[in-house]
Amino acid sequence: MSAEAIFSVSGLTKRFGEGEAEVLVLKGIDLSMAAGEMAALLGPSGSGKSTLLTILGTLMRASGGTHDMLGVDLMQASEGQRTKFRSKHLGFVFQFHHLLPDLSALENVMMPAACAAGRETRAMRERATELLDAVGLADRRDYRPSAMSGGQRQRVAVARALINNPVLVLADEPTGNLDRQSADHVMDLIRSINQTMATSFLISTHDEHIAGQCPRRIELLDGRIVRS
Amino acid sequence: MSPYAVKLAIRHLLSHPGQTALLMAGVALGVSVFIFMSALIGGLATLLTLRTVGSIPHIVMEMPDRDPAILSPDGHAQVVLQKDLSRRDQIAIWQPVIPIIEKTPGISAVSPQIRGSAFIERGQTVAPVGVIGVMPGKLSEIANIDAAMVDGSSNLPADGILIGSRLARDLGLRVGQVVRLSSDRGRARSFRIGGVFTLGIASADRQAVYMNFTTARALFDLSTGISRIEIRVVPATDAAAIAERLRRSTGLKATSWTEDNSQLFEGLDAQARTGIIIKAFSLVTIIVGIASAMLLSIVRRQSEIGIMRAMGASKGLVISIFVLEGTLIGLVGAIVGAVIAWLALLPLPPVTEVRSGGLPIDRAHGDFLLAITLTTLAAMLASILPARNAARIDPVEAIGA
Ligand SMILES: Nc1ncnc2c1ncn2[C@@H]1O[C@H](COP(=O)(O)OP(=O)(O)OP(=O)(O)O)[C@@H](O)[C@H]1O
Ligand SMILES: [Mg+2]
Repeated sequence: MSAEAIFSVSGLTKRFGEGEAEVLVLKGIDLSMAAGEMAALLGPSGSGKSTLLTILGTLMRASGGTHDMLGVDLMQASEGQRTKFRSKHLGFVFQFHHLLPDLSALENVMMPAACAAGRETRAMRERATELLDAVGLADRRDYRPSAMSGGQRQRVAVARALINNPVLVLADEPTGNLDRQSADHVMDLIRSINQTMATSFLISTHDEHIAGQCPRRIELLDGRIVRS
Repeated sequence: MSPYAVKLAIRHLLSHPGQTALLMAGVALGVSVFIFMSALIGGLATLLTLRTVGSIPHIVMEMPDRDPAILSPDGHAQVVLQKDLSRRDQIAIWQPVIPIIEKTPGISAVSPQIRGSAFIERGQTVAPVGVIGVMPGKLSEIANIDAAMVDGSSNLPADGILIGSRLARDLGLRVGQVVRLSSDRGRARSFRIGGVFTLGIASADRQAVYMNFTTARALFDLSTGISRIEIRVVPATDAAAIAERLRRSTGLKATSWTEDNSQLFEGLDAQARTGIIIKAFSLVTIIVGIASAMLLSIVRRQSEIGIMRAMGASKGLVISIFVLEGTLIGLVGAIVGAVIAWLALLPLPPVTEVRSGGLPIDRAHGDFLLAITLTTLAAMLASILPARNAARIDPVEAIGA
């Protein structure tokens, strides 16, 4: 484990259901990532990739183990503290873009920052414009999601994940819904952001081609890490 | 309430103009029902009151009743003052009282009268009548007899009387004919019928006979006193308070029309309660409509809400957005409904000019501001529960990650 680990979990478990129906999905995960790392999370369907990302993203609590990030004990933190922590330090990209249909591309990118501040500011607008520029969509800033292609939407979603300058972006099959060309475009983008902004990325995928573009490879099998 | 919540709420409403307009139209309809009912109930009350007080005195002043009373209640002997039947109830010293009454604020007309019972005879037919002796020029001060004349003239010479149209029909009397009146004081004399009136009040049209003040004085054997003073006030609804003031300043008995018309007030009360029920229903309709629309909208937007929560939106922000949306629908719908109701009521004549058969709707009773306020509050209330549901949405489930 490197000295500048941004998060570390150990003995992390997650069980769903109770009694007869109880299933142990994560069976003791030990994992940490360094600042600026970019890792692929691989594993067969049902191995627990999404579950792990959701827990690392503080969207769900683990059933056991430890979960520390940036010096905060997230197992002990209250729901309100976790929400604040999430909005400040974490970014998300999902398989489906989940852009808000009533907002323009630019407004969608600003959304996580505006939610935290309670208003849209000029600084946010400038930062969002930069990000849209970085993802190659400067000319689409006023478009609604319905007027953009799938690849363009996903790039807006990547820009949105970056608006609050997170230390870690969790991406759950960000290219799962895209054709090869769009997928490569999004991955190029993520790589260049990783290099220029030193943002860490943890990207789950089924696609070896995608995984091949990540310096680190974490493999999950039946709720256990078999390679990291 | 953060500016961002306001922005998102307005943005969502504007992004679905059809749905928003439909919801607002529903609210507007409820509000116009509310205003229409208020205006109708209020107008009916005004009309009924106007019709009731139109031809009657608002305050009648008489001698106080000399009821039996126990004198010196702490003595050993009991002395009881019995009701004095030897004297007639008359206001003996009345001239000084008139200026006092006339100077009282709110008084619009004062008419000293001599009243008495008599029989009107024509041939073999006899009918009981109530004679009203009025001072010159005061004939139409209380009931507008001048305007009610259907035949003859309203002049009152010493030997002339005016009778109601029902009495004229019952006895087959016409203007110019001569009849005999015998008073309950045993005096009788002949009169020429000078005119016939129709007040529209059955008892007056059947029994009232108007005559000259001086003639009545002689017919009822009153040398100086008068029977009563009839008064009209503006507005008629102040009658009870003014009567109380007159009672204190003159020492006479003052009866307000409101005391004799409790049935009217019970009726108006019942009518107002019916109105409140109908208005409450229109509010409930608005609440149910907005609440169900909001619930549906939240189900439809689950993943949107989930993504916002995942990206750091607090529960408070989500609640604000949806409560704001509901409240805005209510507020705008209410204002639109109020404007439509106002315009729709604009061409209707004021209650004072409503003909029979027309709806007595009074815009002044429309309660426009109350309708807007209550509707907006109802809309806010209706959206609180759905909004709390929205805030409870689990981002993980909603996103389906
Ligand atoms: N809310 C839940 N309740 C019960 N079981 C769940 C729940 N969420 C996930 N699981 C189970 O946990 C296991 C891991 O699910 P997860 O979504 O993490 O897999 P995954 O590796 O992301 O798979 P995929 O590659 O298909 O996305 C699965 O067997 C799934 O059925
Ligand atoms: Mg998954």
